[in-house]
Amino acid sequence: MTDSGTYNYKVVRQFAIMTIVWGIVGMLVGVVIAAQLAWPALNFDIPWLTFGRLRPLHTNAVIFAFGGSALFATSYYIVQRTCHARLCSDKVAAFTFWGWQVVIVLAAITFPLGLTQSKEYAELIWPIDLLITVVWVAYAYVFFGTIVKRKIKHIYVANWFFAAYILTIAVLHIFNSLAVPTSLLHSYSIYAGVQDAMVQWWYGHNAVGFFLTAGFLGMMYYFVPKLAGRPVYSYRLSIVHFWALTFTYVWAGPHHLHYTALPDWAQSLGMVMSIILLAPSWGGMINGMMTLSGAWHKLRTDPVLRMLIVSLSFYGMSTFEGPMMAIKTVNALSHYTDWTIGHVHSGALGWVAFISLGCMYYMIPRLYGRTIYSVKLIEVHFWVSTIGIVLYIVAMWVAGIMQGLMWRAVNDDGTLTYSFVESVEAMHPFYIIRFLGGVLFLSGTLVMAYNIWKTIAGSEPVTAPIPEPVGAH
Amino acid sequence: MVDFTSGFWTWFISISTIVSIVGILIFLLKCSKRSPDEDPDNVKTMGHVWDGDLEEYNNPLPTWWFYWFLLTIVWAAAYLVFYPGLGSFAGVLGWTQVNQLENEMQVAEDKYGPLYQKYLNTDIAALATDGAALKVGERLYASYCTTCHGSDARGARGYPNLRDDDWLYGGEPEQIKTTIMQGRTAAMPPWGGILSSDDVFNVTSYVEQLAGREVDDMHASSGGKIFNTNCAMCHGAEGKGNVMFGAPNLTDDIWLYGGSQKKIIESINAGRSGVMPPHKEFLGEAKVHILTAYIYSLSKE
Repeated sequence: MTDSGTYNYKVVRQFAIMTIVWGIVGMLVGVVIAAQLAWPALNFDIPWLTFGRLRPLHTNAVIFAFGGSALFATSYYIVQRTCHARLCSDKVAAFTFWGWQVVIVLAAITFPLGLTQSKEYAELIWPIDLLITVVWVAYAYVFFGTIVKRKIKHIYVANWFFAAYILTIAVLHIFNSLAVPTSLLHSYSIYAGVQDAMVQWWYGHNAVGFFLTAGFLGMMYYFVPKLAGRPVYSYRLSIVHFWALTFTYVWAGPHHLHYTALPDWAQSLGMVMSIILLAPSWGGMINGMMTLSGAWHKLRTDPVLRMLIVSLSFYGMSTFEGPMMAIKTVNALSHYTDWTIGHVHSGALGWVAFISLGCMYYMIPRLYGRTIYSVKLIEVHFWVSTIGIVLYIVAMWVAGIMQGLMWRAVNDDGTLTYSFVESVEAMHPFYIIRFLGGVLFLSGTLVMAYNIWKTIAGSEPVTAPIPEPVGAH
Repeated sequence: MVDFTSGFWTWFISISTIVSIVGILIFLLKCSKRSPDEDPDNVKTMGHVWDGDLEEYNNPLPTWWFYWFLLTIVWAAAYLVFYPGLGSFAGVLGWTQVNQLENEMQVAEDKYGPLYQKYLNTDIAALATDGAALKVGERLYASYCTTCHGSDARGARGYPNLRDDDWLYGGEPEQIKTTIMQGRTAAMPPWGGILSSDDVFNVTSYVEQLAGREVDDMHASSGGKIFNTNCAMCHGAEGKGNVMFGAPNLTDDIWLYGGSQKKIIESINAGRSGVMPPHKEFLGEAKVHILTAYIYSLSKE
């Protein structure tokens, strides 16, 4: 059979395997820095093991290495299968794989060395930013080129979300990273003062909105109906929440800058748009959950489907919490506390990691022509990791709210009741619980890695023929 | 309004925002319309099939979700009427984050001001034995001073110990108060480029001798000559320091930047600059007054 009659599974396989590898690496670094927060001596006074250098390594590894590989793998898989067409260029697709891996390796080298442009979630120095841009343009070429080749006129909803994520991330990455280099390793942002902060959070919030939300909703729209064996609940709902979500998200960044030098009007606009964003965010969850109606019994027997539905619940929870925290009065308490960290991790562990790993359980056996080695181990993974998430976010809720309340507590004479260091001291037990939560989540992922390894060891890569589309269009 | 370089921006922001919110509203209303032949009990798929079995129903929008969405849009519009958001339009409540801060500060001033005013009229030395005042001072210290001087007020390298009886700028109540109010800037110039390394070593020996250590007499006596020419101006002929410049007393065994031979050489070669920031504007005289009493009391313990 010629290549043109089959799907390109090679690049999907590569990204799928690296999803698990980078997931474990990123989570491990997270566990290390969580331990450092509880026991600061664990940096051993070695500069490249300090929290300040490992924290960006952790965030970049989990978002861009783990999440990014999952997005590449699933978007390449889904766009081919729902367009009934092979990727438009095997060579360019291979370039995106190797290019992305080089970016990740460079990140793993430069961050411990202390090389950073100090923009949150965009710490990589400018030469690496350029490489990301090239890889991303190649990615857009492969994705949209394949859409153009599609055999079904109507574009499946998952692909709308992938398209929005690819386009928006390109714009965000380029404009946030604009800088004047002073040497190979150093540059200055072209924005100054509060404008720089605003551009940074326009980027930062939409990295969450498009990289970590829209892209993963794309996964949801393929794998949930596939596993449920049911049609998507509502086409109409998908249209409303897609457009409302993508349109509104880009306004919401200023809620990260409440009560700062950012002008009042900009803070307000960020806040009201965050509130409007609540219903569109929930639209995706509703569409996913309701797709299951009539097939709820499958949750008992299929741990992968259960993982996806639990991930949607965490998505719903954190997208409710987000707009709430964007309200100025709530933000005045939550800002700068560990509540924010808890919020991020209910999204990152509960939503992003769970849906990614669930999709890998579906996809990887199919890419290697095997069935999963052990369903029992998926159950173990699911429960160990779920307990880990709950420990993590509850610890951070309690710690964060306590922190916020301690900072604002005032004595009868108007002086602060607690000095800063007392609030740090009060965090200690919760930092230990958070560390344990992280250990559990990582352990679950290690169980999965073993399960996947046993599944694919000695297997032959699958060559999948492209079927004719069903029905007339 | 100062935020904008021209009136254009207010229009640009207001029109984009209003058009966007109204646009979302119209879009939502349009998509929520059901066609007359729709039967909610028998929802059909859209007729497309992808990848063998992927299909879509076209269920109507959930009613609760629709109204919830509507409510957030109405709330957003109302918020922009009451609060700043549409460019330079201030909102009918006239709220700004700066006036919120000022109001809160005023409320605090009204509530706590008289208490501090009462203390301000009391002599510092007398306050230093007043348990209630010292409690207030201790809390102020915990909030504003611990970062540099430490939770136990014993200082850190470069930051003076406040519990001993050694004072760079004087330990009388008024001197301490001036230090906190105005701040202090100390500058020990670097001598590395002026003195040879032998000279620096000899001066170091002399300084160690001043502090009562056993050193080689030959080095110390030649260091003494250099000291008299270059160092005595600030540290005094006897090395006892000068509160005018905050020049430390070198004859005790208290070292702000470390007392090892290596550290003394480093201080002489590279110089030192110590900065205590002023707190007059930040805390106001009344709070500084109580803080002074607290710190004065520490040195008397």
